[in-house]
Amino acid sequence: MSPVIDIRNLSARTAVSPILRDVSLSVNAGEVMALVGESGAGKSTIAKAVLGILPTGIKVTGGNIIFEGTDLLVLSPPKLREMLGVRIALIPQDPLTSLNPARRIGNQLTDGLRLRAGMNRKQAFDKALSLLNDVHIREPERVLERYPHELSGGMRQRVLIAQAFSLNPHVVIADEPTTALDVTVQKQVLRLIRDMQREHKTTLLFVTHDLGVVAQICDRMTVLYGGKVLEQGVTAEILANPQSSYTRALLAASPRYDQPEQSLKPVPETLIAELKREIGA
Amino acid sequence: MPRDLRIWLGGGFILFLILIAIFAPLLAPFDPLEQDLMAATAAPGVEPGHWLGTDSLGRDLLSRLIYGTRIALTVAFVAATLACLLGTTLGLLAGYYRGWVDAGVSRLVDIWMAFPPVLLSILLVAVLGAGLTSVIVAIVVIDWTRFARVVRAETKQQARLEYAEAASALGMGRGAILWREVLPNVLPVVLVLLSLEMGIAVIVEAILSFVGLSVSTDMPTWGGMIAEGRQIIYQAWWVLVFPLGALFLTVLAFNQLGDGLRQWLDPMLKR
Repeated sequence: MSPVIDIRNLSARTAVSPILRDVSLSVNAGEVMALVGESGAGKSTIAKAVLGILPTGIKVTGGNIIFEGTDLLVLSPPKLREMLGVRIALIPQDPLTSLNPARRIGNQLTDGLRLRAGMNRKQAFDKALSLLNDVHIREPERVLERYPHELSGGMRQRVLIAQAFSLNPHVVIADEPTTALDVTVQKQVLRLIRDMQREHKTTLLFVTHDLGVVAQICDRMTVLYGGKVLEQGVTAEILANPQSSYTRALLAASPRYDQPEQSLKPVPETLIAELKREIGA
Repeated sequence: MPRDLRIWLGGGFILFLILIAIFAPLLAPFDPLEQDLMAATAAPGVEPGHWLGTDSLGRDLLSRLIYGTRIALTVAFVAATLACLLGTTLGLLAGYYRGWVDAGVSRLVDIWMAFPPVLLSILLVAVLGAGLTSVIVAIVVIDWTRFARVVRAETKQQARLEYAEAASALGMGRGAILWREVLPNVLPVVLVLLSLEMGIAVIVEAILSFVGLSVSTDMPTWGGMIAEGRQIIYQAWWVLVFPLGALFLTVLAFNQLGDGLRQWLDPMLKR
């Protein structure tokens, strides 16, 4: 089976320092791939590079991002835009700021349906209603009339999930979609993303720093540090038997419900120094 | 003052002025140009029917004030709206597309702002020739920078926010993002500025009338009345005071409306 997304030797940097070092990873159709790492590991940069929305300060210096046979990095902006939303979609990190504060939910949710799927207003609003039903929002008719600030964080994230899946994309990239939510809501939203992914048979690239989340919903995982891939493989195997000492340290730094009495250990300084030497930072 | 009161008072007074301007021929007790030298510089209430008195040519002040609202409001609405359209468009483009567009617009604004605005407007009208159109053109040409500066800064800030990024991840083009995502967030600021600009336009028109560069003298204007009143201030204070009061109240109303709108629209953005 050929991968849906095949990232080969991707490197990126700012004016002062490298952000991604020779990153290679591939995601197969219908699977959930986790990108794991702490802040600054480059996981969000990978996601943004795929979507072509890198901040102006970051430049890709080498490699390819092959999506269904096309290299996204050499694609012209209009050609890339044709794919975005329709074939690749994003669930953004912060539901608070990722919805436009000045526009009603209905208008925002129907943008893609009207502009990209060519529906008229009536069709798009009908579709939006069923989308909101799919993400378990009660009274969707009323929610469509609301402004973002009138909804809770969990509701907003559900709206964004509905929007991401609205055009049946082949790949959905979730950029830390639960980080901004509180723990009880996190769990519901996570389950919702997993359900939507299964139902739509979508390939999911899941960016997170939370190994607990990875264990729950991801088939495979890629561990990053300082823009470099340290370990890659099936989630269950890596969590049971991590090969990289950094992955082991990350696991020791994560809370475990099965061993609550065990205290959390920070990633040791010596290991960080060693890692930095290894990647040449 | 509470914001709702500001909006109601400011907006109410402006609505009142609009009605006066529309129904001027019905409301004015006299023809504003009719001279009555026998009743010249009559104090308010002295000559029958001349409630606010007469000027040095015996023309009825109340009627002239009423007709003066027509010019004041025409200039306020037309000039401010045009300046708003021009400045907002340039500000949006500069703030969103950055690069040479931004550099061009920003330098233009810098150069523009280096000129003293009143002198520039007098110069412009002198070159274009007096008249209502020239006054409007002069105000637009000078005051678009107010809109351009603020809108540019606001657009720049809005375009950086994540909802704009989310929209581009949805495959929306730059133009669509500017129009559908950024503009609705910039609009409240533009509305407030527009209201304030209307007050400024009224003042500029009065200044140009005062120096005799506005509409021809057979059309009563507040600025023109003030100029006449200034010459006979010691003999007939009312000729100066009433148009000055009308000008003052009008500008105050526009400013209160603008401030009220700002307070009303701001928390909606901050929430």
